[in-house]
Amino acid sequence: MTELTSRAPTPTDAAPGRNIGFYAAWGIFILAVILLPLIFRSGGSHTTFSLIGIAAIFALSYNILLGQTGLLSFGHAVYYGLGGFLAIHGMNAIAAHGLPVPLPFVPLIGGFAGLVFAVVIGWVSTQRAGTVFAMISLGIGELVASSSLILRSFFGGEAGITTNRTDLPALFGWNFGPQIQVYYLIGFWLVISAIAMYALTRTPLGRMCNAVRDNPERVQFIGYDPHVIRYLSFCFAGFFAGIAGALAAINFEIANAAYLGAVQSGVVLFATFIGGVSYFFGPILGAVVVTMLQLELSDVTTVWQLYFGIIFIGIAMYAPGGLASLLMMHRPLIRAGTLSTILPADLIAIVPTILFACGVILTIEILAAYSQGNAGSSTIRLFHIPFEAANPMTWLVAAVLTIGGFFVARMTWRGVTAAWDRAMMAARERGYHA
Amino acid sequence: MLELIVISTLNGVLFGMLLFLLSSGLTVIFSMMGVLNFAHASFYMLGAFFGYQISRWVGFWPALILAPLLVGALGMAVERYGLRQTHKHGHVAELLLTFGLAFAIEQVVQMIWGKLPMDYRVPELLDFPAFTIFSTNYPAYKMFMLLVSVVIFIALLIILKRTRVGLIVQAALTHPSMVAHLGHNVGRVFMLVFGVGTALAAVAGVIAGPALVTQSDMAALLGPILFVVVVVGGLGSLPGAFFASLLIGLVQTFAVSMNGSLASMFGPLDPSIGPSLLTDVWNVTIAQIAPILPYVLLVLVLIVRPMGLMGTRET
Repeated sequence: MTELTSRAPTPTDAAPGRNIGFYAAWGIFILAVILLPLIFRSGGSHTTFSLIGIAAIFALSYNILLGQTGLLSFGHAVYYGLGGFLAIHGMNAIAAHGLPVPLPFVPLIGGFAGLVFAVVIGWVSTQRAGTVFAMISLGIGELVASSSLILRSFFGGEAGITTNRTDLPALFGWNFGPQIQVYYLIGFWLVISAIAMYALTRTPLGRMCNAVRDNPERVQFIGYDPHVIRYLSFCFAGFFAGIAGALAAINFEIANAAYLGAVQSGVVLFATFIGGVSYFFGPILGAVVVTMLQLELSDVTTVWQLYFGIIFIGIAMYAPGGLASLLMMHRPLIRAGTLSTILPADLIAIVPTILFACGVILTIEILAAYSQGNAGSSTIRLFHIPFEAANPMTWLVAAVLTIGGFFVARMTWRGVTAAWDRAMMAARERGYHA
Repeated sequence: MLELIVISTLNGVLFGMLLFLLSSGLTVIFSMMGVLNFAHASFYMLGAFFGYQISRWVGFWPALILAPLLVGALGMAVERYGLRQTHKHGHVAELLLTFGLAFAIEQVVQMIWGKLPMDYRVPELLDFPAFTIFSTNYPAYKMFMLLVSVVIFIALLIILKRTRVGLIVQAALTHPSMVAHLGHNVGRVFMLVFGVGTALAAVAGVIAGPALVTQSDMAALLGPILFVVVVVGGLGSLPGAFFASLLIGLVQTFAVSMNGSLASMFGPLDPSIGPSLLTDVWNVTIAQIAPILPYVLLVLVLIVRPMGLMGTRET
């Protein structure tokens, strides 16, 4: 189960203190978190940024398991959801008893809720890694999700439980009513959590997690207990998932059974994996991409989830390191200055690839237009070009684009591989290794 | 009470055999690839939908043959062009490929057939009560389902244990390179095994479609239970999958028909205690917790015996 992650390169071991690029990257990240909502001022974009921030914390916490410790979990939403529920109950209690706890501290309630449940559940589920762990996590996920519908007084049944974030005491005059204030709350916790989780990968424990992922037997010989290390990693993941859940509860002011369910666990797996598990920033990238896809695609097409699945399959088949490793692949080339030699081949390959993608999209949309029987509007709009779904010409275009694009793309990609190999060789000769 | 036991046992064995049709393929594919095929239940769903569509065009009996063949061919294509390509990236990538595939298949089914249940009917030939026990009519179609499952079970057993093909498959599972050295095309064996496994799942889908509900969420409902079966039975163990299928089938069927709760055993709680977690737990019936019983079983078995009931190795 750990081959994928074990072959992934660990973050470069250049001492961070001497690395200007390292601080620059964090500086840009923090600046982006602060400035983005000031550049995009609409309420809609503030909501989007809030969702991305929550998803990023959640995906980063998931990567403590998948990327750093090699544990594939199908039930990570349990800690996210329980963190959310506990945060809602906490907020209601604070408001009811008039406790002097302002809203920015509420995520800690969620975090500790996630931690406590991870402490309880983790000990038994981390005894084995691999498939056994994956299946226990799936089973516990289903258990908790089903129990949430039975234990109505705590989980509120299907309707869930609600709260009002403005009932809590204000902090520095902020009552967290407007979305922008909630965004900054989420951004604050995103930065804190990201720094904390990055620091975790740099501790001896973080290193031992990588060792357990790569070779648990050897770790055992050195004298560590892989179970304990997996357990500790699991607890940290639960803590940060709880923070993300609490932020989601604050953002939506409601928690319901969907927070804990298999869909939520699947989405975080999607985001982390699409972003890339082998680099620290991968899950953040994945959270951005997946959240944007969820929000944007659903406006454009009715079968957006199908595209989602296809993208996921494509990543699993052709780029199992995710988007992050696709980007980082280019780093030795940039450093060696040989990047420009692959650009012509790239440009040639990208044309038939885009045509192929358009063909697939058109085919799917034709099928969707037919099967859903939305009579009257059988016109498909693809990039603002209208197509008539019932017209045989449209079918022909789709077929030609799909089949022709596929074969031409396959041919041109061989050129890309060859150019890539040449550029890589040149980079190696100049002393830059991947 | 006796009536309940007899009927529930019959239904439980039936559900168990249906589960075995799926779990047998899943467990053989697991021993072959070393990863759980998340999309296995999706092939079951495809079987049901193909069966429904073909039986509307040409009738149920051709569908019983054609739908599994189609799904088996699809399964082989997935193995040949999907999983074999992904193998070099490791098990996690393969597992996630099947995960994405399960997701995509569900979306395609929803796109083509919609989200509502299909009107997939029992064939007229079998639409009569087989026998009457304790005033309950037991439908002939259910007996037919049982018969098909048992016949396939026996055929599978004979092929695997008594024929040369079965010998090669068994050898290829444990010693692929040795079998390849002996001149067999192991890649093709794997592809065929994958195809047969998915075709078996499709058979289960075709015959279960009319009895259960043919709907786009049927894979998502059955999939997790299927994993429970193969993991509880012991990954890669065919006898284990058989016993675990029957066990889960019986447990679920019996639990659904029982109405007992702590309140009915020990009497209701003092009404002065307001609604709380305690009252929730006190009043829940066994029938209500039936859906989560398999997972409880899974977690308990894995804690006590991580290799499953009959598994030989830890994964």
